[in-house]
Amino acid sequence: MSDGRQLYQEVIMDHNKKPRNYGVLADANRRAEGHNPLCGDHISLALRLDDDLIREIAFQGETCAICKASASMMTTNVKGKSVADAETLIQEFRDMATGKLDTATQAHHLGRLNVFAGVRELPTRVKCAVLPWHTLHAAFHEESSATTESGEF
Amino acid sequence: MTSVSLHKQAATALDVDKVRADFPILMRRVHDLPLVYLDNAASSQMPQPVIERWVRYQQSEHANVHRAVHALSEIATREYEGARDKVARFINAHESREVIFTRGTTEGINLVMHGFGRAFIKQGDEIILSALEHHSNIVPWQMLCEEKGARLRIIPMNDAGELLLDEYEKLFNAHTRFVTLAHVSNALGTVNPVRGMIHTAHQHGVPVLLDGAQAAPHMAVDVQELDCDFYTFSGHKMCGPTGIGVLYGKAQWLEKMQPYQGGGDMILNVTFEKTTYNAIPYKFEAGTPPIAAAIALGVAIDYLNGIGMGAIAQHEQALLSYATTQLRQVKGVRIIGTAQEKAAVLSFTLEGIHPHDAGTLLDMEGIAIRAGHHCAQPVMQRFGVPATARASFAFYNTFAEVDALIAGIHKVQKVFA
Ligand SMILES: Cc1ncc(COP(=O)(O)O)c(C=O)c1O
Repeated sequence: MSDGRQLYQEVIMDHNKKPRNYGVLADANRRAEGHNPLCGDHISLALRLDDDLIREIAFQGETCAICKASASMMTTNVKGKSVADAETLIQEFRDMATGKLDTATQAHHLGRLNVFAGVRELPTRVKCAVLPWHTLHAAFHEESSATTESGEF
Repeated sequence: MTSVSLHKQAATALDVDKVRADFPILMRRVHDLPLVYLDNAASSQMPQPVIERWVRYQQSEHANVHRAVHALSEIATREYEGARDKVARFINAHESREVIFTRGTTEGINLVMHGFGRAFIKQGDEIILSALEHHSNIVPWQMLCEEKGARLRIIPMNDAGELLLDEYEKLFNAHTRFVTLAHVSNALGTVNPVRGMIHTAHQHGVPVLLDGAQAAPHMAVDVQELDCDFYTFSGHKMCGPTGIGVLYGKAQWLEKMQPYQGGGDMILNVTFEKTTYNAIPYKFEAGTPPIAAAIALGVAIDYLNGIGMGAIAQHEQALLSYATTQLRQVKGVRIIGTAQEKAAVLSFTLEGIHPHDAGTLLDMEGIAIRAGHHCAQPVMQRFGVPATARASFAFYNTFAEVDALIAGIHKVQKVFA
């Protein structure tokens, strides 16, 4: 089975049907919207930061399965972490998705997120996987929105 | 009824196997599976005679056109102008000088926006266009409206994707200056009743541009019978190369219009005080044109004529009706665009599955469809979907490929089940 198909089967079986941390966050103190104009993916991300710690995180949106699964796994992986650690994951995830980081041979902190390495086989879908991470980055930096078309891959 | 018997029932005059042998790309494999190419509305494939003509031109005939007295330039010029004549006959233009070569439909529309719109449309004027236009027939007119203080009026459509003609007629008033309209919708497949709509516009003294990008490859087009003022289409959607398209315009309009770009070839005489423009069509063809592409488009037209636009339309309609019937039987499918008159475009959504996921999973089966908004976001908004999956057929597609699509969709649904 190809990595692309494996990615689909693993993430869709699970996170697409039962997305984690899906919904609204009433006491959020950071929010950002992510938008992929090419396919119409749209996610809203809300966080509650206590000092430097991500206490709570939730997302909602109308997206494809890859984007939803990526967002779902992102939330479980960054919850309880510091902003600095999350930023490391953002960078590593982007690098993995775009082929700059080879998770098979190079050190990383991605853990299970490694399944998204398969998205490299689907170059037209890399942006779908990366969108939630862009949006998280925007939320940290108090930018209200992120787009996959800013050319900063 | 089994699909096999349906195949037989739907058999058409066109010999698909013979036709397919002309398209080398259709033999290739994708992800180690036979290619099933169902993205023809985005761009079609090129048959061997067109490829060979391109190569022969570059190997033995190339020079610049309209410039030099040497032999190669004469050959290139003759072949380039010969292609113009072929286009003129293909759409039954009154004269070849009414045929302008452009980069494609998009440039054709922009040319009319600049040449006609900027010259004749003023503050307070109104431009009518429809709810099913491609972005390329919306954005240039928005730019013009912004510049001039004019405004767009939109012809609405019903849930089948058919324009509401009563509403269309009500849009006309003393400020109406222009109507621009897709002949066939790329997102829905709707064939608009353009002949009557043009007649209505002309009763109000308003000229009409037709965006024929999705019509010219699939049906016989007669611009004199339609009586449209402008007609534009792209070579790459009709077995020709990219980088070449056509704008037809009635000579009486083209002569009054201002040039689109300035440069060589579009002038008769240049001094620093004043430039005299060349006659049409050259007034609108500044700079060195895509010579090889134009010549190849001429051969693509020969190729389509060789099969016959009637036979092409008949085969594609049979494919559309078979595919529609089969797709309707799949659970969770919603077909977007169910007009009475349709070209072979099948836009659909699958319950609980984003079109991009469907597109990616179908691609893994070697099946190429388009997923997205099809450069028609207002259409997506009208139907309340972010995107659709779209299978679009050409005359070289087969009933077996429709079966492959349906089987592929079942597989997609299994992944999501
Ligand atoms: C209806 C319609 N109009 C215009 C265009 C733009 O054509 P091109 O990109 O060849 O200029 C297309 C192509 O997608 C189309 O389908």
